[in-house]
Amino acid sequence: MSSYSITEPSSRQKWVAGTLVIAYAVITLLPLVWILTTGFKSPVDAIAYPPKVLFEPSLEGYVNLFTTRTRVSPEQLQALPPPATWYEEIVRNRDMVIAGPSRYGERFLNSVIIGFGSTFLSVFLGTLAAYAFSRFKVPLKDDLLFFILSTRMMPPIAVAIPIFLMFRTLGLSDTHLGMILLYTAVNISLAVWLLKGFIDEIPREYEEAALIDGYTRFQAFYKVVLPQAATGIASTAIFCLIFSWNEYAFAVLLTSGTAQTAPPFIPTIIGVGGQDWPAVAAGATLFLVPVMVFTILLRKHLLRGITFGAVRK
Amino acid sequence: MAEIVIRNLRKDFGDFTAVQSSSFKIEDGEFFMLLGPSGCGKTTTLRMIAGLELPTSGEIYIDGEEVGQRPASQRDIAFVFQMFALYPHMNVRKNISYPLVSQGMPKSQVAEKVAEVARILGITDILDRPVGGLSGGDRQRVALGRAIVRDPKAFMMDEPLGALDAEFREHMAEELRALHDRMGATTVYVTHDQLEAMQMGDKIVVMNHGVIEQFGTPQDIYDKPATMFVADFIGSPPMNFLRFHGEVHAGSSRVKMHHEELEVPRLMEPFEGDMVFGIRPEHITLSDSGSFRGEVMAAEYLGTTQIVTMKTPSGELKARIPSDQPVRAGEFAGLEFNGSTVTLFDNQSGRALRSELNEGVLAHG
Repeated sequence: MSSYSITEPSSRQKWVAGTLVIAYAVITLLPLVWILTTGFKSPVDAIAYPPKVLFEPSLEGYVNLFTTRTRVSPEQLQALPPPATWYEEIVRNRDMVIAGPSRYGERFLNSVIIGFGSTFLSVFLGTLAAYAFSRFKVPLKDDLLFFILSTRMMPPIAVAIPIFLMFRTLGLSDTHLGMILLYTAVNISLAVWLLKGFIDEIPREYEEAALIDGYTRFQAFYKVVLPQAATGIASTAIFCLIFSWNEYAFAVLLTSGTAQTAPPFIPTIIGVGGQDWPAVAAGATLFLVPVMVFTILLRKHLLRGITFGAVRK
Repeated sequence: MAEIVIRNLRKDFGDFTAVQSSSFKIEDGEFFMLLGPSGCGKTTTLRMIAGLELPTSGEIYIDGEEVGQRPASQRDIAFVFQMFALYPHMNVRKNISYPLVSQGMPKSQVAEKVAEVARILGITDILDRPVGGLSGGDRQRVALGRAIVRDPKAFMMDEPLGALDAEFREHMAEELRALHDRMGATTVYVTHDQLEAMQMGDKIVVMNHGVIEQFGTPQDIYDKPATMFVADFIGSPPMNFLRFHGEVHAGSSRVKMHHEELEVPRLMEPFEGDMVFGIRPEHITLSDSGSFRGEVMAAEYLGTTQIVTMKTPSGELKARIPSDQPVRAGEFAGLEFNGSTVTLFDNQSGRALRSELNEGVLAHG
């Protein structure tokens, strides 16, 4: 009774498809919305049952995230001068005073250094390697490419113990450099393969024209190939950043003090002064921001990037 | 401007030999054609002259300087690619000025040069357009602009008209030739289109399987082919080949083919064995007095001339005759050959036998 066409779906089909997409979006976004709202709840609201959808917003979670606090007696509290800032006031309402900053800022900074550092290094090395694989006669090229890919054929954590021992011997445990190198090692195979696809698509003639025009091979690469590969570089960078930003297992295993990133740190907030879910949620919310900003900045490249390099014409 | 000398040039890609020991000389200011079917090594030769491929062995002299192992950027030549290779992230002006920027030329001078080149090519009004939306012809002009803006020693062109549609190709070919005549720059041009090569070239090198078959002016190559490959590749329809077994003596100007005595240019070398009698279609006339007879198979009307396909005891041949001469399929007619234009070939090697006609050409071919 109805005819099917590839080009024009019926209004019913559109309606079904739309509903499915929205349902999927709701299901995926719901946990994020929950985390976002929990961050602005008071500790009591956060654990209320049934859960509160409407609540009085509070910044207590964010204050707790960034501070360490000490409980004081009401008499001591009375003796103190009045609170100088709004966050001191929030803390004093709970019979506590701010003892100092928490380590969240530090851990967050570690995440930024390690995440962006390894992303930069992976994309930088990956671009050079991909260019070489794409353009030059590399001995055993196919075997090398397969070897590079084979490093992804098991979960990286499967080699956790050798890496742990190696890092201890080399003094890389709990260092920024160690984590950057580790994440780069994991990401670089993805970077090489993705970028090789993109660079393969760029006709050689562009570089040859630049060589003829009096530029060196490196200048031709830098001035002609790189701008052409921008899309691929951007989408590769997003994939690399998402991995190294979110990585948890190695971060737990290999960092504890100086180089600890935010993912292993956030759960430890739970233990500080009871189950402080709003602080955990606040930490998680803030942790999402850099990747979201980075992805939004590069998003126009991303969609084209996913489909562009993959399809051979 | 420069003369280019190629000596014993060879290029191997692994086990595959793309170019075998080529030697030829391109005079200063010549429009030089590298002609051959695809895969014959003509593009590889061009790329070696340009420095985009390094030769396995042999020498390349540009203006007397040996540049064989030097990178492209140090050879001061310009290259026009088949797909133009305009930098897609730059506009027309930037594309054309790019080779000047690499030389560190001051900005005001670059602007002046670009404006001048744009005027010559008639692309002044598109200078600030992105290259993405340009038509094929305009892309071609921009690619030429990028090549000529620098006043290079020589131009390399790799089938520059191949990406254009047929109608426009003719027009661009004229434009190219006119540009060359005005600038007088040495140009090396790769094409697989024999008509293009004949129409535009001062000299032609015909290549096949990495080997140079013949090197000379378009007239010499057409009238005095050095090999059967050249005779067949050049001309439309190609030269007719009548195969026979026979014997010729040096100094004789007659050959006996299937009991038929035929006139040929006086031969300079003796030969015995399987031979080929090569004659261009326009050197055959149909006349009833001709003793060599054939049956008319078909006639193709081409306006002023017609191509008549004949079946003869020595094989099929095509004759180009005036279109007002009445011919009907199934008829038998006598054929007369213009003996002074005939080339005899050794059927085994495909090589032309030396004669009065082609002696001068074969000597340095």
